[in-house]
Amino acid sequence: MKRVFPILAVLTAALLSYALYEALVVAPTELTMGDVQRIFYYHVPSAWTAFILFSINFVASVVYLIRRSNKADIVALVTAEVGVVFCTVVLVTGPIWARPVWGIWWTWDLRLTLTLVLWLIYVSYLVLRRFSSSGQTPLLAAVLAIFGALDVPLVYFSIWFFRTQHPQPVIGGGGFIDPLMLHVLLINWLAFSCFAALVCWSRYRLEVLQREVDETLALEALLEPRGSQTRTSQTWRAG
Amino acid sequence: MPPASNQPVAPTVVVTGLVKQFGRFAALRGVSAEFASGHLYTILGDNGAGKTTLLRALAGLTPPTRGRISMLGTTNLRSVCGQLGYMAHPSLLYDEMSGMENLGYFARLYDVSNKDQRCAEVIGAVKLDPSLTRPVGQYSQGMRQRMSLARALLNDPKILLLDEPFSNVDLRSAREMVSLLTGLRDAGKTIFVVTHQASLLEGAADEFVWMETGQIVSRTSDLATRLETL
Amino acid sequence: MSTVPSLTRATLAKDLRLEWRSKDAINSMLFFSLLVVVIFSFSFDPTAEESRRIAGGLVWVAFLFAAVVALNQTWAREMRNQVLDAYRVSPAPPNALFLAKVVGNFIFVTVLQALMTPLFIVFYNLRALGPAYQLPMVAALGTWALVVNGTFFAAMSLRTRSREIMLPLLLFPISIPALLAMVEATGAILTGEFSAKFWIVLLAAYDLVFTIASLFLFGFVLQAE
Repeated sequence: MKRVFPILAVLTAALLSYALYEALVVAPTELTMGDVQRIFYYHVPSAWTAFILFSINFVASVVYLIRRSNKADIVALVTAEVGVVFCTVVLVTGPIWARPVWGIWWTWDLRLTLTLVLWLIYVSYLVLRRFSSSGQTPLLAAVLAIFGALDVPLVYFSIWFFRTQHPQPVIGGGGFIDPLMLHVLLINWLAFSCFAALVCWSRYRLEVLQREVDETLALEALLEPRGSQTRTSQTWRAG
Repeated sequence: MPPASNQPVAPTVVVTGLVKQFGRFAALRGVSAEFASGHLYTILGDNGAGKTTLLRALAGLTPPTRGRISMLGTTNLRSVCGQLGYMAHPSLLYDEMSGMENLGYFARLYDVSNKDQRCAEVIGAVKLDPSLTRPVGQYSQGMRQRMSLARALLNDPKILLLDEPFSNVDLRSAREMVSLLTGLRDAGKTIFVVTHQASLLEGAADEFVWMETGQIVSRTSDLATRLETL
Repeated sequence: MSTVPSLTRATLAKDLRLEWRSKDAINSMLFFSLLVVVIFSFSFDPTAEESRRIAGGLVWVAFLFAAVVALNQTWAREMRNQVLDAYRVSPAPPNALFLAKVVGNFIFVTVLQALMTPLFIVFYNLRALGPAYQLPMVAALGTWALVVNGTFFAAMSLRTRSREIMLPLLLFPISIPALLAMVEATGAILTGEFSAKFWIVLLAAYDLVFTIASLFLFGFVLQAE
């Protein structure tokens, strides 16, 4: 960990810088929207990264329910936290993009709305983790994550149909995309994924260490005599 | 005293290295013991000694942090929960229903056959009136404890776990409960009683189990001698 | 025979009987529902034409608030005197308890809706321009969607701090597709401008998915310490 991490961090930073360069300089200017459209290279990869993280959270939660593995619980926690951060990026870049282009801050765009609902679900997940008594947190959180995952397709279809009834602007366009733009998009996605993986990894290590500390302290509390004892306890059997 | 037997009987309840921690607080720190059927065990100790935690662990309400519990030959407590009777300091009864109504409902949970007959039977066994229509919330403490015990006895359990059954109970009711328990013990049940009032069970209990800071520190059948050494 | 259906029936009967005897929960909730309708009517006071369009949303948000108040007391009786422990210690299948509570809440919330709906019709001069027979379907499916998850999350909240706020906090995000469906379907039926069929199917799918998920996972939640 100690040796690999700084190398990966530097590589990721380099990749991110390169991706930024690609997005700002290399990518062609969009026809109708102009340079504002470049936010697309942050908006979309963040969304994809968030969705991937939440998928991992779902798998980890199921694994936890079946195996009660501490590691699975930590993976679930980590992916939820980092996923919420990426969701926030999507929710912030969306309106920033929408305002100059369409004149409105918010549109019930499919991806944007889906991200909003996911953000809400996973923030409630994190609140649950914080508010539940520590012994039961992994179990309750895993159950909630499964509920959230089951909800996603339903959210998707409900928003999709809602939009057919009440047409709204689409942020980010659908359908055809210029090959060079696609290339820049994928580079940015790769950079974001590396960054997400790096953050998740270090958060994972942090949580593992934190739990080890907690366990050690708990073990110490177990072994040392409790309270003020005025008499020594003898173990003896009689009669 | 339980009838003498020539064959060694397998212990009904075996606890091995039981540890229960709530965060940093260790309620149980490695409890290992064996308990046999047809015995009445009294668990004593100061507040915070771990008595209630041990009982709840045996009842399957509190999963242990470490260690094993084996009951009636199996470590899968859920499979034998139908043979357990549990009584706690709260009454575990609905205040708004009468005694018979309460027991009628809980009898369904345990799939008791001849429901009404059995309910009347256990209510009678704790010396209460089955025809009483007053809601349990209006009972005196002694009556409520007795009704709670009746609920624990509904399914004719092999193992009884009673947490502070005599607290705030008048002396006469308490003595009646003790004689009921000794009768059940003689019929071969394993009974655990957590109480602060050890004297009530003197002469009735087979063994007194002392707990201190999450461990069993002594087991004796002779209460008087033990009290003298303290 | 203590199968899930018979135990569910017995538990439901017990809950209804207890509720009938005390009547304090239902009475206060009926009054609360009335207050909600009045406050909404003061806050959103449109003409007859507009009201049909937004009535779907208004009505269901009002139902949602009333439902949360009802859901928060789902397990109140079991928490008193630790009766829930008695259930956990017994061999009774947890799903029987869960189903009984869900059906009980469904009846409870439907009663509240039965009070609130005529009031809304009066205050907003509502009239269904579309197929009115679909409204009870939407009401039933929508209410089930709220109470099945609500009862489940109410049980989860028992193990958390800030119990009363935890329930809506968990319930609202997950219910978004169902809420959208309820609102849109009601709006469609009232205005007659769209077909509510898709939304009704979506609600049915939502109910199916989450009823199965809840039945599957309730045991874990109940046995959690």
